Amino acid sequence: MKRIYLDYAATGPTKPEVLKAMEPFFLQKFGNPSSLHSFGQETRAALDKARGQVAKFLNCKSGEILFTSGGTESDNLAILGVVFEYYHQAKNKPHIITSSVEHHAVLHTCQYLEKKSEAEVTYIKTDNRGLINPEDIKKAMKPNTLLVSIMYANNEIGTVEPIREIGKYIEKVNKDRDNKVYFHTDAVQAIEYLNCDVKYLHVDLLSLSAHKFGGPKGVGALFVKEGTAIKRLIHGGDQEYHRRAGTENVPGIVGLAKAIELVVRDKSKNEKIRKLRDKLIQGIGKKIPDVILTGDPKNRLLNNASFCFNFIEGESILINLDLQGVAVSTGSACSSGSLDPSHVLIACGFDHQTAQGSLRFTLGEQTTKEDIDYVLSILPDIVKKLRKMSPFGRKNVGV
Amino acid sequence: MWEYSQKLLDHFKNPRNLGKMENPDGVGREGNPTCGDVMELFIKVKDNRIVDIKFLTFGCVAAIGISSILTEVVKGKTLEEARKITASDLVKEAGDVPPVKYHCSVLGIQALNGAIEDYKKRNKQK
Ligand SMILES: Cc1ncc(COP(=O)(O)O)c(C=O)c1O
Ligand code: FES
Repeated sequence: MKRIYLDYAATGPTKPEVLKAMEPFFLQKFGNPSSLHSFGQETRAALDKARGQVAKFLNCKSGEILFTSGGTESDNLAILGVVFEYYHQAKNKPHIITSSVEHHAVLHTCQYLEKKSEAEVTYIKTDNRGLINPEDIKKAMKPNTLLVSIMYANNEIGTVEPIREIGKYIEKVNKDRDNKVYFHTDAVQAIEYLNCDVKYLHVDLLSLSAHKFGGPKGVGALFVKEGTAIKRLIHGGDQEYHRRAGTENVPGIVGLAKAIELVVRDKSKNEKIRKLRDKLIQGIGKKIPDVILTGDPKNRLLNNASFCFNFIEGESILINLDLQGVAVSTGSACSSGSLDPSHVLIACGFDHQTAQGSLRFTLGEQTTKEDIDYVLSILPDIVKKLRKMSPFGRKNVGV
Repeated sequence: MWEYSQKLLDHFKNPRNLGKMENPDGVGREGNPTCGDVMELFIKVKDNRIVDIKFLTFGCVAAIGISSILTEVVKGKTLEEARKITASDLVKEAGDVPPVKYHCSVLGIQALNGAIEDYKKRNKQK
């Protein structure tokens, strides 16, 4: 059976060129970058080069890039690092503004600070497309606001947030304040598809993760703008400018940098992905009744097609697709270990039952027209079959 | 994703006794407070025995598969025998389900008991 992967927002394959760039750093160039001998110098040079490549991509200085173990650590370091650094300077408990559609790496970190009573947090509500209104951030701003953390693009519904607009606003606000407001964005889903120039975006901190754009898993980076102090979370050696201890994951970092290089080189593939994604959205809309496109129809990642299928449950659609070789994801409560439905869909105002029917397709470089045709040829029957089983779907299939 | 047994997947792919029943003798409808799923069971009773049973499920793979298994287990049993079936019996019959999915089989038992109750209530009125 042919296997079709349509879950690139979860992760993707490491690109062969990336793997090739990483390989020497396992067998020959294995030195510790902190060692003074030639083995160490070799990997130190590779590390410096990688940092330079990432810095160039983000349009910042090398010294503003910290390598981490991935998106989750970058988000934790950004939020906890800033709050712990400034905690003692502030007169009042620091205030964080974030949104209700963030990834759990941000949401749970904020909730942790709330629970520990180390910060107060405002969760900005979005509209039903998952879009944040910058005006709501203005309204939430307080004298003790220390950090604003808003994701660049949503991993479930693909909605792209107005980061530049928010960044410019915060910069303006800071001109009249003694205690600066820092602005962090989780750009984990954005790297391949959106402008990630930190000067264009006006951000102080930006998280990214290699495995979301053709790099290896378990390595990421955090941009920390010069002058932004953060407390380290991992204690030990002096690596990463004293901000993140531990021998660097050299092969992973080299892979991350190579993957970023390829993102720039292969930009032209994006139009093909967008066309296939549009074909999928239109095809589903045409062939299947009672489907809702979730997220913003226009302002969305070009590889994301996410839906709610009324009257049926997502895990049962997912497994039916998987049995026919197609891999997707769902935000249904039944599929989560906690049995909670997707917080993103609930934040968009969907009721529990509608959120149960969620299904996300995320396309990638290897997706073909045949893949999309195949999905469109099997999905209508799967939906019809499940609706026949559903106490809610009877009248829709005339049973 | 969860690990499901071949038997459960088979029932999920080809559910037995699926659909709405015309003129049932008892109907049980249960909502799942945990994840929001819903199951409907219809029974036909003759001489105190469940002679026919059908189901509809809005739910996950486990919920659909277990409803189907339940209908096979129950069919032909007396009401008393049917009452004695527990959620763990169904789980055993399904070849084990992931712990987080245990509540889906409880849903089936509740719907079954609901249908039997409904049958008894209707009969009293007659
Ligand atoms: C928006 C977003 N933030 C953070 C993460 C976490 O990244 P990682 O898997 O590298 O820890 C992900 C990926 O799951 C994501 O999509
Ligand atoms: S029906 Fe929701 S987890 Fe099984």
